Amino acid sequence: MVRVDGRGSSNSLIQARGLGKIYSRGGEQIHVLQALNLDVEQGEFVAFMGPSGSGKTTLLNLLGGLDVPSAGSITVAGDEITNMSRSRLTEWRARHVGFVFQMYNLIPVLTAFQNVELPLLLTKLSKAQRRQHVETALGMVGLSDRMHHFPRQLSGGQEQRVTIARAIVSDPTFLLCDEPTGDLDRKSADEIMELILRLVKEYKKTVLMVTHDPVVAERADVTLHLEKGVLVEADRLQNVSGGGVR
Amino acid sequence: MKFLGLIRANLFRKKMRFVLTIGSFAVALFLFGVLAVVRGAFSGGVDIAGADRLVVINRTSIIQPLPLAYADKIKRIPGVKEITYANWFGGVYQDERNFFPQFAMDVDNWRKVYPEFDISEDQWQNFVKDRQGAIAGAATAKRFGWKVGDRIPIKGTFLGGVWEFNLDGIYHGTRQADDETQFWFQWKRFEEQVPAQYKGHVGWYTVKVEHPDDSLRVSKAIDTEFANSPFETHTDTEKAFAAGWVKQFGNIQFLIMAIGGVVFFTLLLVTGNTMAIAVRERTAELAVLKAVGYSDRFVLLFVLFESLLIALIGGALGLGLAKLFTLGGDPTRGLLPFFFLPGKAVLAGLAVTLAVGAASGILPAIGAMRMRVVDALRRV
Repeated sequence: MVRVDGRGSSNSLIQARGLGKIYSRGGEQIHVLQALNLDVEQGEFVAFMGPSGSGKTTLLNLLGGLDVPSAGSITVAGDEITNMSRSRLTEWRARHVGFVFQMYNLIPVLTAFQNVELPLLLTKLSKAQRRQHVETALGMVGLSDRMHHFPRQLSGGQEQRVTIARAIVSDPTFLLCDEPTGDLDRKSADEIMELILRLVKEYKKTVLMVTHDPVVAERADVTLHLEKGVLVEADRLQNVSGGGVR
Repeated sequence: MKFLGLIRANLFRKKMRFVLTIGSFAVALFLFGVLAVVRGAFSGGVDIAGADRLVVINRTSIIQPLPLAYADKIKRIPGVKEITYANWFGGVYQDERNFFPQFAMDVDNWRKVYPEFDISEDQWQNFVKDRQGAIAGAATAKRFGWKVGDRIPIKGTFLGGVWEFNLDGIYHGTRQADDETQFWFQWKRFEEQVPAQYKGHVGWYTVKVEHPDDSLRVSKAIDTEFANSPFETHTDTEKAFAAGWVKQFGNIQFLIMAIGGVVFFTLLLVTGNTMAIAVRERTAELAVLKAVGYSDRFVLLFVLFESLLIALIGGALGLGLAKLFTLGGDPTRGLLPFFFLPGKAVLAGLAVTLAVGAASGILPAIGAMRMRVVDALRRV
């Protein structure tokens, strides 16, 4: 069950305690996140909403090990990532985190297959094993027939599906989705949300998603609101898996 | 190996830019190669000059002769191993543009002093027996399509008349830089045909010393021997003599090297800048690589490798073209006998290529390595 009061179970997959992030701009200190607590368990789908500048993406970056907090700690599957060196954090990300970005961020000169294969090149898998994994991931997102297309030959929705395939191909511990539907029309956005929901329900993936769109957020198990750097409110919007927020 | 696809895809990302960047490198290195050829053409004689050979000329000028009688006196100086002599002929074959050096030379000792010139014993013996004989360097023979047995007419300039020679042999250099453009004929024939005032005189002596360390002492001894005589001598090492010869072209060489050098470095700066821009354009993609688990070190090496690869392809192409350029031989028809791309220049060119590739890639590579993923993605 998702909690924001700092009293979650020690078995939580993701545990943030007293998380703070301060940026300095022109001599002024901006407190983006302040003493934030969060507990997310395996298989939960959490949406973060909030106005621009509220710290949603910053929170996602911290949880994904892309940025380091100014205060507090983050523990994922028993590993405290806040004390890790930059290189160890990179290795940790490769094993545990799948990223889905709003702008897809596919490499335009690589085919869908090659883009999805990228994280696997860092592993010791053989070429045949990599192929099998990539084909499986692209099959899961319904793009088996677009494997050898380049991003420019795909629609926005298809590009985002490739991004999702790239995020899940190495079977990470959890997925971080930053506005995954922000650049898509409603139909494509619905398809992407269906796909993410399928990953949660069928494959028991843990998904943390930032969105501005309440319709999209409704699909998550839980929606948390971030305002002025604090998780001030938690709505239980729709509870597909029976979880809740305290 | 598994990253080759990624590297290849990036190289061909913008084909036109790839071709132009490679082309810039190729042009720069072609120029580098040609400059090396030009430099070598001017100074090749200096580089290969025998360390154990001295050249003795008239102190007034090389065009003033020295008595033949000096040969025995010089030979007696301690440290002198061999001595030979020659005269400049300066004839014209068919057309004045067909320049090649012609020497009336001393048959008896020439090969002892110049062992680097290789000729078959049969041909040499035929030459020795034939007062009208001549030997041509392989390059000159090839240039004019001469074969052993041909009759070669050469019009004298300061001596006048047409001198006919039987081509008895063709010599080859044993080193790449050896001059294969010379034309030799017997000094005795020269002596027989020259006017009385030239008889008994030679153009210069070449002395082989026992040991290169003796050169300075022997040089001084020779010049001291003939000091205050009507034919005072000036003795120098062959290297210094060749260097003095090159100095006459000094300004031309300097101008060519300076202009070429400026163009070369300008091209390299432009190319380096293009490569740096190409890397900066991919900031977001490199950030994504890092996000999915590629290390800072990988990103550094990835960018650097790509830069080096582009430089190497372009550099190798340019040096290859420079090599092709020299295959046709001396374009001045004999004025630049040392016209080839030396192996050292190729290695230096490759080293310059890699250095520029590294220099143009290192700053973007370090930038990519230090780049924070969140900052890079925020810029997208």
